[in-house]
Amino acid sequence: MDTGAAQAIEARGLSKRFDAVPAVDGISFTVRRGELFGFLGPNGAGKTTTINLLTGLARPDAGTIGINGVDCSTDPKAAQHLIGVVPDESNLYPELTGFENLCFCGALYGMRKNERRARAGELLGVFGLADAADRKFAGYSRGMKRRLAIAAGIIHEPPILFLDEPTTGIDVAGARQIRRLIADLHESGTTVFLTTHYIEEAERLCDRVAFIVAGRIVGIDTVERFIQPERDRHVMQVSCLNVPDGTLRELAEGFPDSRFQDLSGGVIRVEADSAVPVGSLVRFLEERGAEVTEARRMRPSLEDVFVRITGIEAAALRREKEKKGGGA
Amino acid sequence: MKGWIAFWNILLKDVRSYYLKPPNISWGLLFPLAWTAMFFIRSGLGFESIPAILPGVMGISVLFGTTSMLSVTVTFEKKGRSFERLLLAPIPLEVLMLAKTSGAILFGTANAFVPVVIAAFLTDLSGVDWAILTPAVVLIAVSSTFLGLFIAVAVKEVFEAQTFSNFFRFPMIFLCGLFIPLDRLPVFLRPLSYVLPLTYGADLMQGAVNHAARLPLFLDFALLALFCLGLFLASLRNIRRKWIL
Repeated sequence: MDTGAAQAIEARGLSKRFDAVPAVDGISFTVRRGELFGFLGPNGAGKTTTINLLTGLARPDAGTIGINGVDCSTDPKAAQHLIGVVPDESNLYPELTGFENLCFCGALYGMRKNERRARAGELLGVFGLADAADRKFAGYSRGMKRRLAIAAGIIHEPPILFLDEPTTGIDVAGARQIRRLIADLHESGTTVFLTTHYIEEAERLCDRVAFIVAGRIVGIDTVERFIQPERDRHVMQVSCLNVPDGTLRELAEGFPDSRFQDLSGGVIRVEADSAVPVGSLVRFLEERGAEVTEARRMRPSLEDVFVRITGIEAAALRREKEKKGGGA
Repeated sequence: MKGWIAFWNILLKDVRSYYLKPPNISWGLLFPLAWTAMFFIRSGLGFESIPAILPGVMGISVLFGTTSMLSVTVTFEKKGRSFERLLLAPIPLEVLMLAKTSGAILFGTANAFVPVVIAAFLTDLSGVDWAILTPAVVLIAVSSTFLGLFIAVAVKEVFEAQTFSNFFRFPMIFLCGLFIPLDRLPVFLRPLSYVLPLTYGADLMQGAVNHAARLPLFLDFALLALFCLGLFLASLRNIRRKWIL
């Protein structure tokens, strides 16, 4: 069903409360056709609630949702033809094989037997699961389960795909494989709505990102435009041994144009609006008895933007995802 | 057409994943067998007493077969979040829930005929009005299944589903005229009997097997159908309210 709408997803004034607590608080955004859109935020920020609202698993208290021009808030079933959803937990059927799971998911979208069998076979090949096609889903590794869940999400070739934390809890190699699959889907023209804890993942994959904190969008732009102001700042990290007490205060007095932050473990972060004078900084530290082991310029990243905009330390975000079982 | 493909495949998956599993087949056979033997021995009469207890045993077999299976399987899928996959599919909720309940209806109906098969070897069933008995059993299976659905929507845990099911099932054994005629119940309990769908199903089966229905058969059928519709609509309403938040 192609309605010819310019926007793949259009949310206007979307709100959702659970009891008295606002989970999503009047958010508005659009996702263009063919775009890979990242939705970033800490746990409990409202990412999954937003996905549930957009996919028809929850009803908004206020606001409207357009999916390729179809009003999802009044007719979610019509919009569900146009979307594929990969939830944050692999919720396929443990008692069915990989092939049977894909065929069953195809049937849910009304695909005929031959059509869904052919598509399931094709996807198992693309996702590197052909050898495990006849194995029960219960016996799959976490990474395999996640890949099959993505395959199930696109069995009916939806123009829009929702991915909720696709690499959380997956090992490094598995996560890399999944990121490659997402990039391929994006390249083939699928609109992808991606929520993730991994800011570097969003930076690598997404065209545009939105930051959501406590149910509100606090920033939305292209990755490039978000990072540009960071490029004007100069950031270094200096690693030292035996840093005497009071060094940070002395540094601030000795280099008034720079800002210093103790990152613990002998790592000092230096931030300035012009180039950091590395030589004099190292000499300054060594004169006070510190042994400088490394000094490197930090590339500006989306993580810096996230920290600046949300006020949430990226380390805190990482701790959250580790708690959730992350490893990517 | 697309809706029917989804309907058929959901039903097929459930039958394969749940109802045709060896433990359920043995439950479906052993449970009615045990009830039949128990009531037959308890009656202390000969094989000629079988038609008198047959409607009750059939009713219990359907009631326990459908309510336990459906409420447990739906709660199980809801807890494992695989039910979300069904809610995300572009099929109307009515079709989805009919697909989920059809397996239990077939299972319950099959359960009901296990005691009939046993009875056929022991006594003469030539007087049974099959044209009444068969649709009556199907309607009892439908109403019991929808009762199971109603329970499944009301609870979160599998053990809660079992407990809540028993809250309905055990009183129904005694209040619906399966083994104790309604006119032998204490007067204050009788109104309760008439708000339970199985009362009308049991009356239909008494009419079909023993030609001893208390109410006109069309009224039994109509009220039973009304219960089916009411329970299904109430369940759908609760699903929309509780599962599509």
